Amino acid sequence: MWSFSEIAKNIDLWLNGLVGSTWALVLEMVIAGVAVIGLFAALGLVLVIMERKVAAWIQIRLGPNRVGPKGMFQSMADTVKLLVKEGMTPDGADRLLFNVAPFIAMIVAMLLMAPIAFAKDFQLWDMNIGVLYITAVSSLSVIGILMAGWASNNKYSLLGAMRSGAQIVSYELSGGLAILAVVVLTGSISLTDIIKAQENGWWIFKGHIPVIVAFIIYIIAVTAETNRAPFDLAEAESELTAGFHTEYSGMKFALFFLAEYINVFIVCAIGATLFFGGWMPLHIGNWHAFNHIMDYIPSSVWFFGKTFFLIFLIMWFRWTFPRLRIDQLLNLEWKYLLPISMINLLLVTLIAILGWHF
Amino acid sequence: MYRETEIIKDAPQFGEPGFGDLVINVGPQHPATHGVLHLIITLNGETIKDIKPNLGYIHRSIEKMCESLTYRQFIYVTSRMDYLSAHINNHACALVVEKGLQVEVPERAQVIRVLFDELTRIASHELWWGAMAMDLGAFTPFFHSFRERETINVIMEETCGARLTMNYYVPGGVMWDLHPDFQKRVKEFLALYKKKIHEYDELVTGNIIFQNRMKGIGYISAEDVISYGCTGPVARGSGVHSDVRKVSPYSIYNKLDFDEVLETGGDSFARYVVRIKEMHQSIKIIEQLIDNIPEGDFQAKTKAVLKLPKGEYYQSVETARGELGVYIVSEGGTTPYRIKFRSPGFSNLSALNHMIKGGKIGDLIAAMGTLDLVIPDIDR
Repeated sequence: MWSFSEIAKNIDLWLNGLVGSTWALVLEMVIAGVAVIGLFAALGLVLVIMERKVAAWIQIRLGPNRVGPKGMFQSMADTVKLLVKEGMTPDGADRLLFNVAPFIAMIVAMLLMAPIAFAKDFQLWDMNIGVLYITAVSSLSVIGILMAGWASNNKYSLLGAMRSGAQIVSYELSGGLAILAVVVLTGSISLTDIIKAQENGWWIFKGHIPVIVAFIIYIIAVTAETNRAPFDLAEAESELTAGFHTEYSGMKFALFFLAEYINVFIVCAIGATLFFGGWMPLHIGNWHAFNHIMDYIPSSVWFFGKTFFLIFLIMWFRWTFPRLRIDQLLNLEWKYLLPISMINLLLVTLIAILGWHF
Repeated sequence: MYRETEIIKDAPQFGEPGFGDLVINVGPQHPATHGVLHLIITLNGETIKDIKPNLGYIHRSIEKMCESLTYRQFIYVTSRMDYLSAHINNHACALVVEKGLQVEVPERAQVIRVLFDELTRIASHELWWGAMAMDLGAFTPFFHSFRERETINVIMEETCGARLTMNYYVPGGVMWDLHPDFQKRVKEFLALYKKKIHEYDELVTGNIIFQNRMKGIGYISAEDVISYGCTGPVARGSGVHSDVRKVSPYSIYNKLDFDEVLETGGDSFARYVVRIKEMHQSIKIIEQLIDNIPEGDFQAKTKAVLKLPKGEYYQSVETARGELGVYIVSEGGTTPYRIKFRSPGFSNLSALNHMIKGGKIGDLIAAMGTLDLVIPDIDR
């Protein structure tokens, strides 16, 4: 019922019969693009209301509860508000860069959707360099932020962008090394292969302590990379009012806002894929009966369940921890996370060579 | 004179000292200043080179206003100075008028006043705790502290009829008697507080990020505390014996059993610990008094029109932020000839530049949080 691959196959067959194969490809690309944008909007709405409800739950209050049943349409109302608001460009701003920056942030988030396997055999682009592509494209997000900070003609924005640049560039290192741990164990940088390798158990269970360490480092690094608290220095509202998007309003601000949430979704999806097996159901070695029962749960449910669990984890961080200072942030990366993840990678390599993993 | 445009005009050219500095206006509207405080900070990258506080955005000439109000009326204006410790401000004014009139305040009124003072102190420190955690980027503590503060506000509302600017004290006692539910509510609050206070330490005090942000930041030595005139938790965080309730006791504080909290760290964390422990001491005072409120009058008999004899009168009290002094010069009329408030926030703010120079922007916010500034208290 929930098998997206069947639907995709049927659409492909139908289009190929209807028009020639070239036009079918073009149409399929258009459909995929529209689907990504649709998923984007839907995820934005869901994640915003989720964040507000999680925050309310942690902060012993109710959260939004007026628009729609239990306030579930609150983010729709907010979207309408943001759409009709005036998008101002401040005096003295670099108009081109100022207006382009939100789109760059969005496009980067969209590009990252391509290699993610949302369900069994359901992937926009099953590229054989998936992990490399993800690490490469995710570094582009800093450009949008730097552009926004520079073009705003605001000192707070500039400071926020400066912080963000230092932060994202540093945390990419340990994030990348944490990802490499799984790549070394699998022996492939294709996301499909990585998921296939977890058929008899997820890496987080199979890979002993080094993979758990890699997962913790990955979660810390991506929290920093997506500028979320406790690493939200780029937009530290008590220090820099709103950091790099101080001057943005209306839909331009909404694009940054959306890009932030989509980035959170994507890093969690990648984390779920690498460490928790993506859409792969929970399989335990040779327990065939158990594995068979688990297979009855659709693969998309597994994928989104794991992803939203990680998203919840990141939201939990945000509403619990105070913010770090910029030098402490960089110390944490360069003095602790980077050496630990390097040694950890060596251990993982040892495990992979000696075949100690299950 | 602090307009940003003029600063840019006089900006140093290439090669001159100070070239490349970034001058930023923190405030008057800024999330971390908790009011209309305007700081002009000079940055070199993230490092703070200089801080110039620019005051006067909420100056309402309260001192001048008090000079045209009678001795009964002027007390209520002072609720608006340090609005988080309104009761304690009123207490200082009531005390100085009583000193001039040589009125003996009934025992019951004194106990009621001390009870409300200490409740105010807890409420003020609760708000400070939440707001300071918010300055550091943690939102959740704010809601936890407001949960307890709300119960105090309900107690205030029942007896005084207001939640923030209570105007409950009059020369000679308090305005009305206590609400019949007062003792019950306070005991409920004490029970709630004891049940929940461990969350404060679990959520914030023990957090490694929080400790790293606070320890060793905003250091001020005991000598500098004295020379800047800092009082209250800021002074006690540096080990300066300065609690007015102990140094020159007023009301019934000399009969109560409580400790002056002293820390010797001198940094933001020491000031934080002082305030947290002060809340415990206030609880201790309330526990001593809540079952021992004496029967009797709640107000001394005073004349309808109060006239202070010619002379000068001074009284200082310990507010939640430090020493508040009220100085009245009387010419013998129905209104003060001159009135002057020595407010704790002003002196504490003056030490900010000394504390933070050379730190990062995040340090400025963290240290400013531990100064617990209330802007109307600085500007008056």
